[in-house]
Amino acid sequence: MTAVATAHVTEDATQDIAELIRVSVPQRSLGRDLRATSIVWRRELLRFQADRLRIISSLIQPVLFLLVLGTGLSRLAGRGLPPGLSFNTFIYPGVLCMSVLFTSLFSAGSIVWDREFGFLREMLVAPVSRSALVIGKCLGGATVATVQGLVILALAGLVNVPYNPLLFLTVIGELLLLSFTLTAFGVALAARISQMQAFMALNQMLVMPLFFLSGALYPLGGLPRWLAIVTRFDPLSYIVDPMRHAVFSHLSLPPGASASIAQGISWDGWVVPDGLSLGIVAVIGIAMLFLAIAQFRKTE
Amino acid sequence: MNDAPAVEVRDLVKSYGQIEAVRGIGFEVKPGETFGFLGPNGAGKSTTIKILCTLVNPTAGEARVAGHEVVRDRDKVRQNIGLVFQDTTLDNYLTGEQNLRFHADLYGVPRAQVGPRLKQVLDMVDLWDRRGSAVGTYSGGMKRRLEIARGLLHAPRVLFLDEPTVGLDPQTRSSIWEYINDLKQREDITIFLTTHYMDEAENCDRIAIVDHGKIVVLDTPEALKASVGKDRVQITTDDDAETIAELKDRFAIEAAIHERQVTFNVEEGERFVPRLFAELSAPIRSVSVARPTLDDVFMSYTGKTIRDAEVSAGDRGRAQMMAFRGMRRG
Repeated sequence: MTAVATAHVTEDATQDIAELIRVSVPQRSLGRDLRATSIVWRRELLRFQADRLRIISSLIQPVLFLLVLGTGLSRLAGRGLPPGLSFNTFIYPGVLCMSVLFTSLFSAGSIVWDREFGFLREMLVAPVSRSALVIGKCLGGATVATVQGLVILALAGLVNVPYNPLLFLTVIGELLLLSFTLTAFGVALAARISQMQAFMALNQMLVMPLFFLSGALYPLGGLPRWLAIVTRFDPLSYIVDPMRHAVFSHLSLPPGASASIAQGISWDGWVVPDGLSLGIVAVIGIAMLFLAIAQFRKTE
Repeated sequence: MNDAPAVEVRDLVKSYGQIEAVRGIGFEVKPGETFGFLGPNGAGKSTTIKILCTLVNPTAGEARVAGHEVVRDRDKVRQNIGLVFQDTTLDNYLTGEQNLRFHADLYGVPRAQVGPRLKQVLDMVDLWDRRGSAVGTYSGGMKRRLEIARGLLHAPRVLFLDEPTVGLDPQTRSSIWEYINDLKQREDITIFLTTHYMDEAENCDRIAIVDHGKIVVLDTPEALKASVGKDRVQITTDDDAETIAELKDRFAIEAAIHERQVTFNVEEGERFVPRLFAELSAPIRSVSVARPTLDDVFMSYTGKTIRDAEVSAGDRGRAQMMAFRGMRRG
């Protein structure tokens, strides 16, 4: 009697399993691609959470620049600044950009790790479009980098920048734009590279010039001609400038002071409006995204 | 049900520059079958599996998996196959469950089915209790089991296992096989695997022996062993060189030294051994007689043991690898 009952139960269980096995997977569609994008994005966040060391290590450099270099140089460099504006405050927008610079490129570089450790293959053999994967990766890198930037943003009070919601929203938007562009650039680069050392070396080669030529640490007006020209070709200049305008407009500076030190990027005397600056960065970002997608379509 | 072949390959060729990795392979795998590609490293097994998995396009020939052509209907093929590669493709930072959920989303497993299916496949490989641990903390065998579970998650029709037990210790290897045999009972699935372990090939319904990019022979393990017909005799004597010469002169048997013993194949080995004692001049110290194994099958069809083949294929494999990398970069 019992045996029969048990047998019956087992049979039911097997039937359950048999039914479950009929996982019917729908055909490829936009919805499925979006789901793939979203999981690739979420994976970036999960990995970021799991890697505490990385969170701390990528914050060290911006903090050093802001608090140590900024303070140390302020007695020297402060003389050229209007009264009431310290050197730390002056470089604050630049340091914000810097904080996302490293993280974005590092996030993009994790594609090279993924290739080395095989996980990239798990993604590339899936029946989803390559663009869904690349977009997820870029959005993930952008989110992680912006979160990193938020930590520096939280330090605003230390350099006498007010905690103003409107200012913060503007800065966060600009950081997102910048980190998306940088991640897309990094992904396009990483698509061609199969070893992490090579990617890191390339990064070193690019990051410092990008940073130093962007005007993050000095005003872009009144530079020697050669330097002025080079800084106009650094994409980072076009995000540092609007960000500086945003931050400085919320400081209580003597009238005219803001104009003298944050006069903005000009092309042959014509001052580039903030909207156009941001537009340039966005266009570069989208171009890089398409380049990255094209690279990954080719890798077959 | 559909009786069309699960895998169908015709005149498949793949060259990397000058090197022909696959040189005209053709075969069919029936639904529900466990089909093995057996051969040394560099024989073209991995290249064939990569073509079937749509990772590499063939130079010539045709291949269909689950009824779909691998080049034209790439996404349909991908939807219907599960893959376990030689090298792990897991994210060590994520937990076992997170790795599987990632896969479920990539393959579009309906959300309502993800949870139950996840439990089902994790139970099948006994990893349900460890699902919350980071994969980095798993042992080699656990990682491989997780990959098998992941390969099954989207209920593929064909599961590809490329050297599923390579790099694992013997005990773990046999436990992986228990899981594979178990899943065959539970899932309605065709398994296509490659291996260079003879003992593992015994688990297959049919085996294709591959050497230098071609199928040398294709049959069930039993039929293959029967086709060899001869038993393997190994002896040690006081003068092995003399013995080899005498075997050739008196019995017309080609013997060679393998595993430091005089080795040869002969029909009805047990009956032959007494004649050895009577007719060989060098004193015999030990004798062993073995029924044919797949090793012997391999030897009889390719003229070498699989270990010998590995050594000579090593350079070829490397050259192929370089060619493949070069192509990917270029």
